[in-house]
Amino acid sequence: MEKKVFERPKYLKKAVFHYCPGCGHSIIHRLLAEVFDELDIGGRVIGVPPAGCAVLSYNYLDIDMGEAPHGRGAAVATGIKRCLPDRIVYTYQGDGDIAAIGTAETIHAANRGENITTIFVNNGVYGMTGGQMAPTTLLGQNSTTTPGGRDAARDGAPLDLSRMLAVARGSTYIERTAVNSPKNVRKTKKAITKAFKVQMQGLGFSLVEILSPCPTNWKMSPVEAAKRVEDTMAKIFPLGVIKDETEGNS
Amino acid sequence: MSHKVLMRGSHIIGEAAVRAGCRFYAGYPITPQNELTEYMAGAMARLEDGTFIQAESELAAVNMVIGAAMTGVRAMTSSSSPGISLKQEGISYLAAQELPAVIVNTMRGGPGLGNIAPTQGDYFQATKGGGHGDYRTIVLAPASGQELAELTRQAFDYADKYLTPVLILGDGMMGQMMEPVVLPDPIDLSDLPPKPWILDGADGRPRRLVKSLLLDTALEEEHNWKLMRKYDIIAREITRAETHLVDDARLVVIAYGTAARIAKGAVKRVRDLGLKVGLMRPVTLYPFPNRTLVELSRFVKDFLVFEMSTGQMVEDVKLALEGRSNVHFYGRPGGIIPTPDEIAKRINTLYHRQHLEEE
Repeated sequence: MEKKVFERPKYLKKAVFHYCPGCGHSIIHRLLAEVFDELDIGGRVIGVPPAGCAVLSYNYLDIDMGEAPHGRGAAVATGIKRCLPDRIVYTYQGDGDIAAIGTAETIHAANRGENITTIFVNNGVYGMTGGQMAPTTLLGQNSTTTPGGRDAARDGAPLDLSRMLAVARGSTYIERTAVNSPKNVRKTKKAITKAFKVQMQGLGFSLVEILSPCPTNWKMSPVEAAKRVEDTMAKIFPLGVIKDETEGNS
Repeated sequence: MSHKVLMRGSHIIGEAAVRAGCRFYAGYPITPQNELTEYMAGAMARLEDGTFIQAESELAAVNMVIGAAMTGVRAMTSSSSPGISLKQEGISYLAAQELPAVIVNTMRGGPGLGNIAPTQGDYFQATKGGGHGDYRTIVLAPASGQELAELTRQAFDYADKYLTPVLILGDGMMGQMMEPVVLPDPIDLSDLPPKPWILDGADGRPRRLVKSLLLDTALEEEHNWKLMRKYDIIAREITRAETHLVDDARLVVIAYGTAARIAKGAVKRVRDLGLKVGLMRPVTLYPFPNRTLVELSRFVKDFLVFEMSTGQMVEDVKLALEGRSNVHFYGRPGGIIPTPDEIAKRINTLYHRQHLEEE
């Protein structure tokens, strides 16, 4: 007798990912589809994709989606969620999207305790536009706009948006994970599941920051990039729960 | 219900919006339109299904409206000139994503921070797209309390019918003045036609997308042609202008909104002096009432465009007339409201300079 142990999640479309080899988006998309399946919410999820590589996530996730202008995901999601409070609304945003141009929208959505979930994919660069410095670029890291490496005096230091959001009263659950290893992928899925459960219970703003490799713009092999996530990025952006005010954890 | 009530202009817009089925409002304070935001705060709180959000910025407000519109809820935001500049990003997206929404601009002096006095300096921005890309927005220019109510109702209907943002272009005087108004009866939300494009979760149906990213250049071109075809239909169906004393007119003044009210007073003064002068008031600024102007040009050889700006609508008048008649201009920017006497003097001078009497 054969037992099926692995299959395509219901909400993942049969499409070949356009992402570069070693990019974290395809893993995270799959995790989202699995979570929608397991929580049985795919039929009432509304996604808000970002500007950037993952804007095309609607090619892969078989759910309702509405595009937001660059950085405005939290505001668009706020409008959707306030009108349809019983639906599950999430934004999917990169570091440039959420931590630079969209900082205001994000902080205030968190502060209002908007009952939405944000998937914050941190790869430390502007990926789609060709590898410019992001707010999360590490000190000394080369980017196309920091050719000699990011310099704190000139460019500012890396911005820890998740910790900033944790200060907002309305944020309930914020965790930082990574998708560079099978162990971290499993932890990421757990965090995403929890973030959506927080929303389903109406507990307020939830966010999972996911450290994700960008081998193309880091000019590394996928294996080197995966290693860099934990060896270098996670030193500045430590993995773990940043805020958890769900019952029994406050 | 047809009794008259005395209301402030901004409150008329707010109450008419609620009666038109508006159930979502997001805004950010800026003078001189705060009375509308405040009215919506109270009105939405009294409704079981109403949402009011004081957003952290004009950008956030218009993007919240984008989200609300995606769910099919009738949504509105309002601001004044500098705030509308910030909303332009979202207005471009609303146009591209073919989402219905109503945006009220209570114009103030500009450019820059300017002042809070009534002007009409945002005509170009309102009628020529304003944001990036090849699009237009329907622009309605009310000139009385009654029209504020009626055009607000129509703005929501047009937005839904044509799936496009609709601008109501007023100014501080329209917003602040108190006038008697007969408010339209509230609509029954269940009477509204279904919106088969909304996002509400794909349960049991194919999923839907609301998007404007078109990486394929051929698709982008087709989308832009599609929008343009829609604007052509809009031009055929909703273009509107009011004419006043034009039947025997030798000279016609063209003005909209607050300026049209002043012009009307001026026309009365010069009529009392025996001058054959009329008024043409565009009610829709986009689409512009070209045909009305062309028809008038058959017997009117001189038009005086009066605007509370250095001259913006005058360009549309010239485009409409294509050299058929003479186009003159008088305007004052900066928030100074010209008096009817001032305009009457201008008309008088022009009338006699052009020897209109002797013709």
